[in-house]
Amino acid sequence: MKVSYYPGCSLDGTAIEYNKSLQSTARCLGLELQELPDWTCCGASSAHVTDDKLAVSLAGRNLLIADKMGMDLMVPCAACFHRLKSADKALKAGGSLQGLEQKYQGHFKIKSGADLIWENIGERALAAKIKKPLAGLHPVCYYGCLTVRPPKITDAPDPENPMAMDEIMRTLGAEVKNWSFKADCCGGNIMLTHPELAKKMVKKLLDMALEAGADCIVAGCPLCQSNLDTRQREIMDENGQPYHIPVYYFTELMGLAYGDPQVENYLNKHFTEAKTLLKQKDLL
Amino acid sequence: MAVNKRLKGGSPAPVTRQTIENLSGEQISTCYQCEKCSNGCPMTFAMDIAPHQVLHAIQLGLTDEVINSDTIWVCASCETCTTRCPNQIDIAHVMDTLRQLSTQRGVKASQRKSPIFHKVFLSNVKKLGRMHELSMVAEFALKAGGIRGLLKQSGFGLKMLSKGKMKLIPERFRGGKEIDNIFREAENKK
Ligand code: SF4
Ligand code: SF4
Repeated sequence: MKVSYYPGCSLDGTAIEYNKSLQSTARCLGLELQELPDWTCCGASSAHVTDDKLAVSLAGRNLLIADKMGMDLMVPCAACFHRLKSADKALKAGGSLQGLEQKYQGHFKIKSGADLIWENIGERALAAKIKKPLAGLHPVCYYGCLTVRPPKITDAPDPENPMAMDEIMRTLGAEVKNWSFKADCCGGNIMLTHPELAKKMVKKLLDMALEAGADCIVAGCPLCQSNLDTRQREIMDENGQPYHIPVYYFTELMGLAYGDPQVENYLNKHFTEAKTLLKQKDLL
Repeated sequence: MAVNKRLKGGSPAPVTRQTIENLSGEQISTCYQCEKCSNGCPMTFAMDIAPHQVLHAIQLGLTDEVINSDTIWVCASCETCTTRCPNQIDIAHVMDTLRQLSTQRGVKASQRKSPIFHKVFLSNVKKLGRMHELSMVAEFALKAGGIRGLLKQSGFGLKMLSKGKMKLIPERFRGGKEIDNIFREAENKK
């Protein structure tokens, strides 16, 4: 199966391990990711607070490229997903692109990484490739805000209780914990401008994950993962309370279950040490 | 910045409820103060005006208060309010509109990091087509916090670099003329 692929700026840098583990997992599942040629930034959180039309156009330029390719579009970053879906809806409602000439048709679906894998590949094919079930692992799945909200943009069937990553992890043999914070905000958008506030939000999520009995968090967005993974040391220092909760990309754990030999290299890129737990569970 | 604008163009036109409704396309007058937005908002602990009060203030024409509030910059754009409003008001989008108005009129000093961040981010994209994390964060840290701000961020940046999570040198310019055109049209509108 072929789909088009918009990695976005973070997957080219701070989330390089998400990009690599996603590509390798897709290969293993026979899913061909065709990267949008010469894609550009979607405008992220800065264009829409500055100028509505600029936001639609920066995202829209990429939609025009995807339009030509005519396949379902996978967008693994929640913020990019949200911007591309917003632009798609705005253009279909008669909005215009500034500085761009082509007409937008939009005969393709835009999906987040986990949704596309769960919906397009399906449980049976996901289970068939397992070499090492994720037995003994107790993750909570964390979706964050922008793959689900608001449903008029995202088309999420249940924005208060998304399930794609939970289903994937369960299929791979993990004992997924339920919690009510899977779509709560981690403050990613304000981490650089209001770090003290954002760290309070991260702390709340870490506390709630622990309270749910989780031994790790599974994320599907580079901004959420980075926020939860890279700030634990500071939060520890500021609160005098120990925190050590590995935060995995769901694709890293898929790679583990499917025998990707590179998984250890991905995990070396995390700020919060992420290998010991997997070794304890005999998974690495 | 605010002072300069006033000198050049006289006082900016007063903003009414109607102005904000027109700019945002949201029916602010339909808000009946059920407070669902504020009850679900994760940021109220740091806001000076809660989201439902922002809507109420606009209805009453108290627009300067909301344009100069901390709330609009503390809002994390999480879209919980928009998802839950029984009257389909896209409150997160109203926040965007208020931020745009505030940026045009001059943001108060205590919240100036936010407009600096957005400006630096967009100028990075304008230059490169794709956002280059290292130069964007470094420029923001320097502009928002001076040399001390830059030094404060540098430990984090170095760790990112040493883990191979940031590119030292940006890639070639992406998007060609189209990116130039998009930004040129945006600037011409002003
Ligand atoms: S949820 Fe909607 S109707 Fe209720 S107070 Fe907020 S804006 Fe008003
Ligand atoms: S979008 Fe802003 S105002 Fe709305 S719930 Fe989130 S933080 Fe609160």
